[in-house]
Amino acid sequence: MSTITLVFILLSAVAIGTAFMTIFSKNPIHSAIYLVICFFSIAGHYLLMNAQFLALVHVIVYSGAIMILFLFTVMLMNLNKEDEVHKPRITRLGAVVCFCLMGMVLIAIFVNSKPIVGPYDATGQDYQSIKLLGKVLLNEYMVPFEFASVLLLVAMIGAVLLSKKEKS
Amino acid sequence: MDNVLNHIGIENYIFLCVILFCIGVFGVLYRRNAIIVFMSIEIMLNAVNLLFVAFSTYHQDAQGQVFVFFSMAVAAAEVAVGLAILVSIFRNLSSIDIDNLKKLKG
Repeated sequence: MSTITLVFILLSAVAIGTAFMTIFSKNPIHSAIYLVICFFSIAGHYLLMNAQFLALVHVIVYSGAIMILFLFTVMLMNLNKEDEVHKPRITRLGAVVCFCLMGMVLIAIFVNSKPIVGPYDATGQDYQSIKLLGKVLLNEYMVPFEFASVLLLVAMIGAVLLSKKEKS
Repeated sequence: MDNVLNHIGIENYIFLCVILFCIGVFGVLYRRNAIIVFMSIEIMLNAVNLLFVAFSTYHQDAQGQVFVFFSMAVAAAEVAVGLAILVSIFRNLSSIDIDNLKKLKG
């Protein structure tokens, strides 16, 4: 077993385990911390695939911005107490059955589609360095890139308007 | 050129992403706290992003990574607006239990 396989298994185990802990932990702050660990292990997967730009952006956007937003909201609502009522038992059982069935069906589909997916062969050309991605992003995807910035601006205005206290 | 897909193979990445996506669906169905439901949606988005990057590496094409970049921007916008809506729901109802949100039921 090579080192890369070992790292892959470790990162996958951490990602899946912390994703489960996010759902099962009672305190929302603990959930947020587990989710940060999950995001870091996914960033590790990106690094493993040598997608450096996405690994950096993922750490900055998800582990930085989004999780801070989550933690901020949890603390703003003062929800860091463990008094959540559980769903009725039949609903939870349904969720577990749904999880198992969906996972089984999807994995079965992809196991059966395996012959279509051929082996990996490297062409040796550069396709994911930051330099090349920047060129692709600002040449071919110029218009969507600008629209993404407009979307972020609109989201910012919307968030401010929605969460502002109404004068009464 | 030594790549991770030589050692692991694309199918293991597919299985990992399927499991992560199912965990996200499970979280949406299982919890009542709206913030945890949001976190589960983030897990689902991340599973799909990871699969995009895996296939981008597999086909050695930059387009998949550009798409992941845009999906991250959309996810950030979605979380900002969604959490603002949650804050205003909390102001009105003083709870974010999604099973209490049934005023449209009539």
